[in-house]
Amino acid sequence: MLSADILLVLPLLIPVFSASIAVLFYKSNVAQRWTGVVGAIALCIAGILLFMEVRESGILVTYLGNWPAPFGITLVADHLAATMLVLTGILTLAVAVYSLGAVGEREEHFGYYPLTHVMVMGVCGSFLTGDLFNLFVWFEVMLIASFVLLVLGGRKIQLDGAFKYVLMNVVASTILLAGVSILYGITGSLNMADIAHRIHDIGEPGLVTVIAILFIIAFGMKAALFPLFFWLPASYHVPNIAVSAIFAGLLTKVGAYVMIRVFTLIFTEDIAWTHEIILWLSVLTMFIGVLGAVSQFEWRKILSIHIISQIGYMTLGLALYTPMALAGAVLYVAHNIIIKANLFLAAGIGHHLMGSYELKKLGGLYKYFPIFAAFNLLSAFSLAGVPPLWGFWAKFTVIFSAFQAERWIPAAFAIFVGLLTLYSMMKIWMYAFWKKHPEGDVPEHIQKKKVPLTMMIPVAALTLMTIAIGLFAEPVIEIAMTAAEELLEPERYIHAVLEAAP
Amino acid sequence: MMRSLILQTFTRLLVTLMLLFSLFLLWRGHNLPGGGFIGALVASAAFALHAIAFGVASARSILRYDPRTLMAWGMIFAGAAGLFGLAAGKPYMTGLWLEIHIGESLLKLGTPLIFDIGVFLTVIGMVVAVIFSLEEEEF
Repeated sequence: MLSADILLVLPLLIPVFSASIAVLFYKSNVAQRWTGVVGAIALCIAGILLFMEVRESGILVTYLGNWPAPFGITLVADHLAATMLVLTGILTLAVAVYSLGAVGEREEHFGYYPLTHVMVMGVCGSFLTGDLFNLFVWFEVMLIASFVLLVLGGRKIQLDGAFKYVLMNVVASTILLAGVSILYGITGSLNMADIAHRIHDIGEPGLVTVIAILFIIAFGMKAALFPLFFWLPASYHVPNIAVSAIFAGLLTKVGAYVMIRVFTLIFTEDIAWTHEIILWLSVLTMFIGVLGAVSQFEWRKILSIHIISQIGYMTLGLALYTPMALAGAVLYVAHNIIIKANLFLAAGIGHHLMGSYELKKLGGLYKYFPIFAAFNLLSAFSLAGVPPLWGFWAKFTVIFSAFQAERWIPAAFAIFVGLLTLYSMMKIWMYAFWKKHPEGDVPEHIQKKKVPLTMMIPVAALTLMTIAIGLFAEPVIEIAMTAAEELLEPERYIHAVLEAAP
Repeated sequence: MMRSLILQTFTRLLVTLMLLFSLFLLWRGHNLPGGGFIGALVASAAFALHAIAFGVASARSILRYDPRTLMAWGMIFAGAAGLFGLAAGKPYMTGLWLEIHIGESLLKLGTPLIFDIGVFLTVIGMVVAVIFSLEEEEF
């Protein structure tokens, strides 16, 4: 078995080398595609190896450059981080294969593949880092790559979306940096474990709460929480659909992940105050997000606004702060990474066949492409939380723990929002698949079209994954429970980082 | 590009000096002010100056490699510099040093130098690519 030192850096090294090799072969689109797929397979394997090692021996730590814990940068993987890495690997692989059919030569020429690798590196770094300033740096790596991915193609609407995206994210980064600096000022440390260890002895609960609010604002912007979500529906539907899928799967989830990390590890002083704020923000995020989607009639816009309401469930799980609720949050993040991206990928196939994302111009997909329709329907059901799919267990765990905590209003909202989600998903189904094509029958040249295998296989694989996890949920829920227990006992994390230092 | 005899004459001298100085900065960077990043900025300034005096096509030809290739090799060098630590059974990026005694003086070569060379190449590639494409932009 590989040592922790190697396992923890592989998810960062593989993307950086894949990106370099892809840039090296900038003249050959074929070579770039291969680095995309091979790099993603390697990342997937690295993630799984890391996960298995975490399952076996608990929290893994490595001290980059051999600098001991509070001084150097540490990389840490617990159950939550390792799970996220596995899912990142799977999603990257699915999107890399899908890109073979969906990304045009012009986008490839302008660096689609290297940029995706760099963005994935930023995502993996954010999952693994145990250092707050390093977290900020990984965020920047991720965002700079995503800025360029957003405008690849250079259409006017893309520049418009990217402007809002860049502006909001720069503001969020600044606030994050301010929060990190003040925290550094009062604790004298940037290492998350070290901060968590010291923060309770500082004796300034007021100041710590202010910093916590700064972090809620910063991560809330990144994760698209109410009321700071409006950049998301303005930008997520503008790039190539493969880019949208990877954004939808990973970027906001990184925001949710760091929020879970920071609010279980560092800001646990005044839970009644900070987590109560997160709770009501989550309820509003869920509700407003889903209402926004009701009025939309563009396939990608419906999906991207739904990201917001889904984020609400994740932070709701965090806010309830019981083992089961946190397990629900973990399940929800995990489920959403896969299923949200999959729905975007399916929308891309719809566009490939019909040439439009406007629901009113679509129709009749079910009649001529029943298999594709079935995959899309199952994914949509999973998102809405219909049993026995994966999404059901995620939603069920969150709502059940809300009832357990006797939080009736948030629980009621969560159920109601689930219904509205189902309504939105049904709207896509009714318009794009079920109803007749606006021109009567589907035009013949569309009937003859075939779904390219490179686009179909990822969608099929991710859907089957959702069904399989739904039917055999026991081990997955067990992993989520273990992750939640680890999160609720931050001493284990602190001990692993600080005590084992060289 | 501007056709000026004075600028062109001085550029020939200055570019050489600046490139030498950038290597000097790269070399001393581990312990003294300087380093890969600063050195690369000076080197990019040299190429930019050449591009202003003689045109981008000429600057591309003295750079010999495409800026993108430099960037890619830079990232590979920087990433690979950390692998030595792993190979020695220590964490990634652990600095390993080779001490060579030449007569009285001591020459210390280490993996951080490889990392710095990587940074040097990446930053030259990046900055030069930006400057060249701005120069080539047609308005």
